Amino acid sequence: MSFFDRLKSGLSKTRDNFSNVFTANEITEDFYEELEETLIMGDVGMEATESILEELRERVKSNHFKKCEDCRGLLKDIIIHRMETPENAYAFTEEPSILMFIGVNGVGKTTTVGKIAGKLKTDGKKVLIAAADTFRAAASEQLEVWAKRADVPIVSSEGGADPASVVFDAVSAAKARGVDVLLIDTAGRLHNKKNLMDELGKMNRIIDREYPGVLRENLLVLDGTTGQNAILQAREFNEVANLTGIVLTKMDGTAKGGIAIAIEQQLGVPVKYIGVGETIDDLERFDPVQYVDALFDRKESAEPLFMNGSDTEDTDNE
Amino acid sequence: MAFEGLSEKLQKVFQNLRGKGTLSEEDVKAALKEVKMALLEADVNFKVVKNFTKRIEERAVGTEVTNGLNPAQSVIKIVNEELTELMGSEVTEIAFQPGKAITVIMMVGLQGAGKTTATAKMAGQLVKKGKRSLLVACDIYRPAAIDQLKVNGEKVGIPVFSMGTDVKPAQIAKEAVAFAEANDKNVVILDTAGRLHVDEEMMAELKEIKETVTVHQTILVVDAMTGQDAVNVAEEFKEQIGIDGVILSKLDGDARGGAALSVRAVTGCPVLYVGMGEKLTDLEPFYPDRMAGRILGMGDVLTLIEKAQESIDIDEDKGRDMMSRMKKGKFDFEDYLESMRQMQNMGGLAGILKMMPGMGINAADLESQVDEKKMKHMEAIVLSMTPEERRNPKLLNPRRKHRIAVGCGLDIAEVNRFIKQFEQSQKMMKQMGGGKRHGGLFGGMGGFPMGRGPKFPF
Repeated sequence: MSFFDRLKSGLSKTRDNFSNVFTANEITEDFYEELEETLIMGDVGMEATESILEELRERVKSNHFKKCEDCRGLLKDIIIHRMETPENAYAFTEEPSILMFIGVNGVGKTTTVGKIAGKLKTDGKKVLIAAADTFRAAASEQLEVWAKRADVPIVSSEGGADPASVVFDAVSAAKARGVDVLLIDTAGRLHNKKNLMDELGKMNRIIDREYPGVLRENLLVLDGTTGQNAILQAREFNEVANLTGIVLTKMDGTAKGGIAIAIEQQLGVPVKYIGVGETIDDLERFDPVQYVDALFDRKESAEPLFMNGSDTEDTDNE
Repeated sequence: MAFEGLSEKLQKVFQNLRGKGTLSEEDVKAALKEVKMALLEADVNFKVVKNFTKRIEERAVGTEVTNGLNPAQSVIKIVNEELTELMGSEVTEIAFQPGKAITVIMMVGLQGAGKTTATAKMAGQLVKKGKRSLLVACDIYRPAAIDQLKVNGEKVGIPVFSMGTDVKPAQIAKEAVAFAEANDKNVVILDTAGRLHVDEEMMAELKEIKETVTVHQTILVVDAMTGQDAVNVAEEFKEQIGIDGVILSKLDGDARGGAALSVRAVTGCPVLYVGMGEKLTDLEPFYPDRMAGRILGMGDVLTLIEKAQESIDIDEDKGRDMMSRMKKGKFDFEDYLESMRQMQNMGGLAGILKMMPGMGINAADLESQVDEKKMKHMEAIVLSMTPEERRNPKLLNPRRKHRIAVGCGLDIAEVNRFIKQFEQSQKMMKQMGGGKRHGGLFGGMGGFPMGRGPKFPF
């Protein structure tokens, strides 16, 4: 199965929902309401949904559209336009650069670092990995396995060491060895833990101080199943370490990843990579057309997502 | 904070409703729109929300606005009751096999949900119940997963059974149960690999484990940050594997955890524990009523009221007396001392704020804002006053202030600042006048050292 197919099959639930909406004929209030429901079910969130629908309404009006079917292309356009990746998004493959991967626990940071290391190595880049997750049990062992798979060197330390010192060592090593890309894996941290966020800020400052002028990328790794909390995550991380992009992982399930649309809407941070599986090849550059196509293409009859909160029916009503 | 407390929003909706005897359909509809938004912002599944608001509507329309509750409070009460009901009314515990029989627990979930951590945490908790657990490393795929379990197992003092990465999980489970029998263990916890619910091969592996050994409890670990997809995940796991309970992980973030509600609604399985932190001791029982409040952004009002009632030993008359004096702006340093002590009994200001609605639940942030040391300083200042000065703050002339500064060992500037703050809050209280039901408790807050001034929606 190709990457695209996997993304498509993963997103099929969302697509089914959307497709159903478009089978109605006339554009009515119900139609918009249904559309709203569908977007919210895809984790797009209230704010982005409302803004998308507002734009859609306006453009439907100015184009004098009457049929729901016509809305389809329009809605696609609106979302694609919002999700476009900036031109210089992948400049880090052209010049010496440092990529730091940050995010909450369990989103797939270590795996992403491993995959990107493999890709860059294949492209003939000189890559170095820094294991700055000194907190989670066996995190650096996990990264070492990935480093071995990708055949790139790794800088790590004993568990419990100060991650900032690992970053310092790695940056020095990167400079000394003339490394093209340094990938820094950081510990998962909840964005509301002040100490851990301060620690991240410190790492960020060390890189700036020790390697001024190097191209910096701070990538927020985001689990595709995450809901509205991701907006708070992005906002907080952006504050301590200016985010330059998002890696959307675990998009091979039924998750819709619509939260990326919400983040783009509120913070303007673009998605750069999208992950749909476990192997090195399952991480791809983000293509908004493909992403939105996968959301909308093909018509299938959808099964009802789930019946209803059926177990509530037998509970007593005072 | 991105969220405004639901109670606050509802107050706004009902602003023009004073004096109405019952809630009309329109009133309720307007309120339910806010409820719906709050639930969606909390990531409760859309379909669950739809069903839920329908039920509330049926109950709320025609409800009489009496018993001292205003319309907003009436609706909140109904919503809270329904929500608690939906999440299961009581704290549920894991069902163990009777007597000496071994209970086999299988942990399942998506990648990164926190299974391995939850596994170790749970085993640690079970020690307190006299259980002798064995952790079993059935995740043979993720690099270093076995090491992670071993390290965590060691930290909580629970043995870990592993057979490397070349043996099938079902086989490992089987031998682990035999090992447990031989080594006098009564709980076996299988830590399985994270998997997608659409991955047939991996789901088949779980089935195989279930066919090979008798699994008494299958526990689904769900990330509290999960969005709308939580229902798909839970439903698939339930359908294909069958689940008996749920652990909600990463609830120490600021996610509202609407996934708990969705999962519970779809599977009917109880939420057993919630993961509240990085440390291996941070696993707590699940309290449905508190979760209801959190999802609605109402904070832990019930717990707060409970605690307040417990800790206030002043009788009602005294409380009323204090309040009426406050309204007149006659709140003095003795009242201040009294309310500060009450607060300390309730777990300090930070502890109270955490439970307050509309504040979010950001403990670290709060702790940095509320300087407990400064509170101590203030107490010292008040204690260095004579009883007369406390009762009549107007007495405080520069000479007396100087004496107080010497007495409490603080700089005169700090004493001055404190007294000034106190006077200001006195004025403020006078302006606020009546209607603040909890004034007796929190009246003294004006003088507290806080970074941002949060609003209290009471």
